Amino acid sequence: MTLVLGIETSCDETGVGLVEDGVLLGDALSSSMLEHVRFGGVVPEIAARAHVQAIVPAVHEALAKAGATLADVGAIAVTAGPGLATALHVGVAAAKAYATALSVPLYAVHHLAGHAAADTLVHGPLPAKSVVLIVSGGHTSLLLVGDLVADPIVHLSDTVDDAAGEAFDKVARVLGLPYPGGPAIDAAAASGNASAVAFPRPLTGRNDPPLGFSFSGLKTAVARHVETLARAGAPVPVADIAASFQEAVADTLIRKAIAACRLHEVGTLVIVGGVAANSRVRALAQERCAAGGLELRVPPPRLCTDNGAMIAAIGDLLVRAKAAPATLTVPVRPSVQLRWADLEHPPQEL
Amino acid sequence: MAAPTLKLGSLLMLVLVIDASSAAVTVGVVDVPADAPADPMAALPRLTVRAQRTVIDARAHAELLSTFARESVDEAGATMRDLGAVVAGIGPGPYTGLRVGIVTAAAFADALGIAVYGVCSLDGIGLAARDRPAVLVASDARRKEVYWARYVDGRRDGDPQVHRPADLAALLGAGEVQADAMTGAGARMYADALGLPMLDVDYPGVAALAAAAVPSLVSGAPTEILAPMYLRQPDAEVPSGPAKSTLGL
Repeated sequence: MTLVLGIETSCDETGVGLVEDGVLLGDALSSSMLEHVRFGGVVPEIAARAHVQAIVPAVHEALAKAGATLADVGAIAVTAGPGLATALHVGVAAAKAYATALSVPLYAVHHLAGHAAADTLVHGPLPAKSVVLIVSGGHTSLLLVGDLVADPIVHLSDTVDDAAGEAFDKVARVLGLPYPGGPAIDAAAASGNASAVAFPRPLTGRNDPPLGFSFSGLKTAVARHVETLARAGAPVPVADIAASFQEAVADTLIRKAIAACRLHEVGTLVIVGGVAANSRVRALAQERCAAGGLELRVPPPRLCTDNGAMIAAIGDLLVRAKAAPATLTVPVRPSVQLRWADLEHPPQEL
Repeated sequence: MAAPTLKLGSLLMLVLVIDASSAAVTVGVVDVPADAPADPMAALPRLTVRAQRTVIDARAHAELLSTFARESVDEAGATMRDLGAVVAGIGPGPYTGLRVGIVTAAAFADALGIAVYGVCSLDGIGLAARDRPAVLVASDARRKEVYWARYVDGRRDGDPQVHRPADLAALLGAGEVQADAMTGAGARMYADALGLPMLDVDYPGVAALAAAAVPSLVSGAPTEILAPMYLRQPDAEVPSGPAKSTLGL
């Protein structure tokens, strides 16, 4: 058995995880989130500076939790893309140095495949086929997934504009709620009426792509609604608007995810990414999957957001599949599409 | 043919040196005798470069550093376990390359359980360009600016700074910064504006970088948390004022 050290630095979280044979043994997370709050979004340079300071301590915190030392590490996995280039560089450089100094293999993996793999740490191996909804501040995608490391990953759809999490951030700003918008809107919505405002369900018309996502228009609809109230001197019911917006996002996401399962005759829906931590997204998914006879798999919130455990998880799957390691010159791939979990050595086309 | 085996005596420390603060990616393995003087200038002639890899390509840092480190250690006839310390150039330098170099150095040292020491990357030039009494060392800071420091007999006089070449030239003209010559890729880039005689050390060298760290190396100082010299705040603006109208008003 091989202990895999996973490193994640694609955005503002420095994540390190240790996984062996499908079991998460220890992990650590250091976030620069608070440093980005006053800018209303992640500033890449600030994130990258924070990664430099956080990475070695995070490795040791994870090792301590796992009761292991660097000498026990048998392979390194790192997010090589997609993500903020300047942030990715830090993790990839660290991973290469650890792999070289420890003389262990390096795996350069896709961030989104890591998100999908996170669920296997809690719920065991994925079934032969599943639909994965990845929904975060940077991504909103539906994937058709077989064996995570042996089969190609089929991109069923991506958002054509904003990611769902980005819409949460922007709407939070319009409502005067803090950054990051996801938890702020979730909290505000708790006391609101989700049917107070009938916000649009984007791309759900008869002629729209059945699996397509778009959140820019929805965000603008909220902004227009708020501005109209404000200009009329009317009070802005923040809780109701937050709840109604959240409902529109959750409804759209789950509707499309279930449509993808039906279209591809898949019985399992996996939801991952930061927005999978949203309470309404989770509840609505549960309700509709139960009604539709679908198995729903959602990792606990701490494994939904970016973390190192998920990267170690995909590395562990690659090690167990006897995948070829990456070379030390593997580049970062800031905007790489997800077709294979392993960014440098895709398995042979079937 | 097998690599020559290096006999490691007790009077020797092999040091891995990494600098990616400029367009040059530089990695090397340097012998530092245990009885080396703790003074960088005095120590420099006592150091032996066992291996060095340098490529001038500002976009290649992340791809090359670890490969260069492994190749350098191999060429030195050593193994990773033979390394006694890591020395890293901590800038000043444009950000991504600088970070990649620093993180690589920190992770190597951590993985090998050895100390890492940070040195000012300009010292890797200034120590090597000591044939004039007062030398201005300038590297390319991008955005039409240079990082610079003044060296007197090889020793840095003050903290490094960042200026536009015209502003640095004004300081030179006013006698606020005094130098007989200049060197470094930034000086070469703005040679006309700066107007001093040009020496030929463009980038930090591994021997000079190791020499800059000898006070820590010979005293066995505790490992350091490397702090990059950015000399600039991140470019980011706090959003201000009301959001623009979404109603077309």
